[in-house]
Amino acid sequence: MSSFNLVESPLDPAHAIYDHVLPAGEGWLHPVRAGQTLRILDLEGNQAVDTLFYSASDFTERYSATETLKAGAIYLTAGSRLMSSRGREMLTITADTCGRHDTLGGACSAESNAVRYALDKQPMHSCRDTFLKCLWQYDGGLSRECRAAPNALDPRGGRAEPGSAPGALTKRDLTANINFFMNVPVTPEGGLEFADGVSAPGKYVEMKAAMDVLCLISNCPQLNNPCNAYNPTPVRLLIWN
Amino acid sequence: MAQSIHPVPAETFLWEDLIPGGCHWSGVLRRGTALRIADHTGRANLSALFFRADAPIERYNMPDTLKAQHTAMLTRGHALYSDMGRVLCSIIADTAGWHDTIGGVSTDADIMGRYGASRYQTARNAMHRSAEDGLLIELFKHGLGRADLAPNVNFFSKLTVDEAGLLQFDTTHGKAGQWLDLRFDMDVLAVFSAAPHALDPRPDYAPSDVHLTAWRCGPADAHDDCRNACPENQRGFYRTELLYR
Repeated sequence: MSSFNLVESPLDPAHAIYDHVLPAGEGWLHPVRAGQTLRILDLEGNQAVDTLFYSASDFTERYSATETLKAGAIYLTAGSRLMSSRGREMLTITADTCGRHDTLGGACSAESNAVRYALDKQPMHSCRDTFLKCLWQYDGGLSRECRAAPNALDPRGGRAEPGSAPGALTKRDLTANINFFMNVPVTPEGGLEFADGVSAPGKYVEMKAAMDVLCLISNCPQLNNPCNAYNPTPVRLLIWN
Repeated sequence: MAQSIHPVPAETFLWEDLIPGGCHWSGVLRRGTALRIADHTGRANLSALFFRADAPIERYNMPDTLKAQHTAMLTRGHALYSDMGRVLCSIIADTAGWHDTIGGVSTDADIMGRYGASRYQTARNAMHRSAEDGLLIELFKHGLGRADLAPNVNFFSKLTVDEAGLLQFDTTHGKAGQWLDLRFDMDVLAVFSAAPHALDPRPDYAPSDVHLTAWRCGPADAHDDCRNACPENQRGFYRTELLYR
């Protein structure tokens, strides 16, 4: 793991405009404006932080794992550009003391837990349940606050798709996400595993927004996978102007 | 219509069709239907999305497919999972040995950047098309849209990953006449584009025609190779069958 390109941040938590501890099993939907920096800090180590981004002016422009790996590599670290489904840079990872983050493993759901572990795991709490709860609690206000005034009259703004109210986010908006602090190596033969974690208490990843985005996080409640030592833990979220 | 290049059992034959290179297609395939997908020239890339036909909010999920089967690619024995932990379809035969599902779609920017513009006014139906464009056109026909364009499958394309996580498109992988058989384990809306893969580095726009042949194969039995490939798939097939009891 010594080959990882570890980059520390000069930013001081005392100057952050936002500082919040998110317990395991809970969600967070919050704007990050263009130019702001978001830090996700792994307080106790090897916690999976399932993360998605949406353009604040048009939710159909969203984080795209495939556009991101087309623009770089399948592992995310300092220098990785997080790309949108329209091929635009949403954020760039500016600091990373962990060294590797996954964007192929997706989020756990009740249904995938039933397939992966055992049929009777279906009732357990999952990232997708957290994501869905964030979506229905979303009232548009976060985006309105985040949205730059010039975009307000943009005809491409909001959603104009059949069958959904403007501003609504639904399950179809949940696409392949980032798993910060997760190590999911792919072999040259095409194998894939959730490997032992490379994170540790106090490691963090920081990203600077190139556009106004909504950030959706599920602090993963997975109890069936050794990747987090079967112990989901809180993370700290900070934003700087 | 062109002759099927690999015959299927005549007594169960349903239909055949040809997707010209670069073009797009969609259709419903019922549970128990097999679809042979064949590459004519060795330059085929078939970008594909799959939805549950009667409830398309349930759709192909790349991460769930990969982590359930501990794979980063698809070949014979693999199931293609929906986000609801069910098997939309499964690969029951495959002469290609590797199909990509992490490389995404080629966009208009990718296609214009690599091959230059070639518009209908001059090129007619040989115009350059992207997979994103083709898939979106088919999605909109079914009342779906951009939000439904999730990570897809790219049949016939091989992307390898090195230690640093960099992707390499294998230009030696495609061979004329390669095919795979996809069995549909649910009633599925399939959406296809035969446009080039986004990471195909070859400088000429020459996507192969893709030949489709459908026949009635019946659902997976208890001894099915895909079902028994791993305990995860046994649970996935069981959960799928609950829908049809």
